[in-house]
Amino acid sequence: MTGRERVIEAPEVLVQGNVAVAEAAIAVGCRFFGGYPITPSSEIMVRMAELLRAGDGVFIQMEDELASICAVIGASWSGAKSMTATSGPGLSLMQEALGYAYFTETPLVLVDIQRAGPATGQATHVGQGDMMQFRYGSHGDVFPVALVPWSVQECYDLTIRAFNLSEKFRIPVFLAADEAVGHLRENVVLHRNFEVVDRVKKGAGDPFGSPLRDGVPVMPSFGDGGHLMVTGSTHDARGFRKVDDPEIHDALVTRLMRKTLDHVDEIVEIEEHMLDDAEVAFFAYGVSARSALAAVKRLRSKGVKAGLLRALTIWPFPEKQVTQLGAKVKAIVVPELNKGMIAGVARGFTGTPVHAFTQTNGKIIEPERLVKFVEELP
Amino acid sequence: MTRDMNKYLREGLSGTRFCPGCGHGILMGAILRAVDRLGIAMEDLLFVSGIGCAAWIPSPNIGTDTLHTLHGRALAFATGAKLVNPKLTTIVASGDGDLTSIGGNHLIHSARRNLDVTVICANNLIYGMTGGQTASTTPVGARTSTDPDGNNFRPFDICNLVMASGARYAARFPVTRPNQLIDAIEKALRIKGFTFVEAVSPCPTQFGRRNSTAEISALYDSVDSLCISKAEAQTMDEDERLRHFVVGEFEP
Repeated sequence: MTGRERVIEAPEVLVQGNVAVAEAAIAVGCRFFGGYPITPSSEIMVRMAELLRAGDGVFIQMEDELASICAVIGASWSGAKSMTATSGPGLSLMQEALGYAYFTETPLVLVDIQRAGPATGQATHVGQGDMMQFRYGSHGDVFPVALVPWSVQECYDLTIRAFNLSEKFRIPVFLAADEAVGHLRENVVLHRNFEVVDRVKKGAGDPFGSPLRDGVPVMPSFGDGGHLMVTGSTHDARGFRKVDDPEIHDALVTRLMRKTLDHVDEIVEIEEHMLDDAEVAFFAYGVSARSALAAVKRLRSKGVKAGLLRALTIWPFPEKQVTQLGAKVKAIVVPELNKGMIAGVARGFTGTPVHAFTQTNGKIIEPERLVKFVEELP
Repeated sequence: MTRDMNKYLREGLSGTRFCPGCGHGILMGAILRAVDRLGIAMEDLLFVSGIGCAAWIPSPNIGTDTLHTLHGRALAFATGAKLVNPKLTTIVASGDGDLTSIGGNHLIHSARRNLDVTVICANNLIYGMTGGQTASTTPVGARTSTDPDGNNFRPFDICNLVMASGARYAARFPVTRPNQLIDAIEKALRIKGFTFVEAVSPCPTQFGRRNSTAEISALYDSVDSLCISKAEAQTMDEDERLRHFVVGEFEP
């Protein structure tokens, strides 16, 4: 029996997060993977090689991360749902092409299994230090989407969601996972109970413009006879380079922004745990939200009214939800495996004190440390 | 461009953005004539280019699918596009700096993998668009904006580089010999696998005026006179050979 049969047909299986990402990609219709090995993401690439070669897809190991993301963009324009997977150093190398994908409205999914940086850092240990790279990695104004799984099941479900958002809005979407979740093994259901969104290939209008302020243009593929002009230079609705026209540039950058920001309510997903009567709340994401939930339960057993607001979408930022949380509780604690990247963002949306619990030692946060931190809050 | 090639040009264009005397227009004509001889349908053609003057040969001038990418990365984009849709006759047309310097890694790896594309390298010996800086193809002694006293580093022999990396065919001709160029491009397109045509396409604006050959016809004459056959090259020592362009076909 091959691994593929065993994994896909079983109702509930024990797999690691990275493998669940690959299974989800295939399930939602990904037919191209270009990648370069990097710890701790490589299991995704290995699994994609097995699955794509067993089916009708294309797998290629490229010469570096620059080539990987560029091949993914080319593949997407030939009509395939396409993905790559990497970790922090690879994400850094991919930034120029991510800006290109954003500006040319190219759907793709980039999975980042975060490790402890900067530089080579702790290659095999967990980190959450890429949060700002997702948001601000590119030069120029970009408004990306980044989804954060906290379990193996969510590695599966959010990979599917990442592809669907990417196809719907013609944008690159990040799966902003971390090493702990990527290497975690849990029982999951690799279900087929989901909607599949495909890009609109045919229809009225030009491939790079829309009369709507948040419009997503049609996206024909290469070879369809559309004689496409795809360029990373500023372009008009047909794709002609228009690099000297101030109105065209402004209108393009603004429409691309609206594609994300006018749909924040649809894109942003959060989850609430024991917030109804909470006086202190964690705002957390990824593996650190698991630490936070464990801490909430221990605090509750000690009589502290604690709760958790968990972000499944970190970009665009859940601004409204953080503001509402701040109105409800006396203090917010943001635990994360960096020096307070998201805590700093959260402070911009509430007047309630936001305390950063930061940990940059390559380990997940022990819940007891969070319990103590809350108990010692001023 | 003669009228029978107009069908390949994109509608709505009134001219190219090339400088007076640029060789890239001749090269564009050679590419289209080779495509025309082979009767490749427009919808089956994909042109991929990087950044620089040569990247503007296909984009937007040629009225097929065009993918104008990032500096150096044309072959990486082409890899994804071609592998997903193998029916596309995929031509990567870009410059020497784009393909051999910032994109050098993708060039040798695409050749190594025998990616089924034809690469057409417009080699103008310099960075044209950015103001005449030294390239990885600038001849020894040639003056540039970053080496006003002359370049000290030997240039790549791109055809031998790609052949050593696994290309199925390579050829080098100057734009002063358009018929040989058309034949070479046609042959490259006929051969399945990674094929490469280097067109020596002098840049009057940036290369010519810094090297005492600002007058366009004089520049073209001088480039043509530096073209030698492989047999002639064998009679020269290395220093002398490096001052010339060895033209012809290179096959495994």
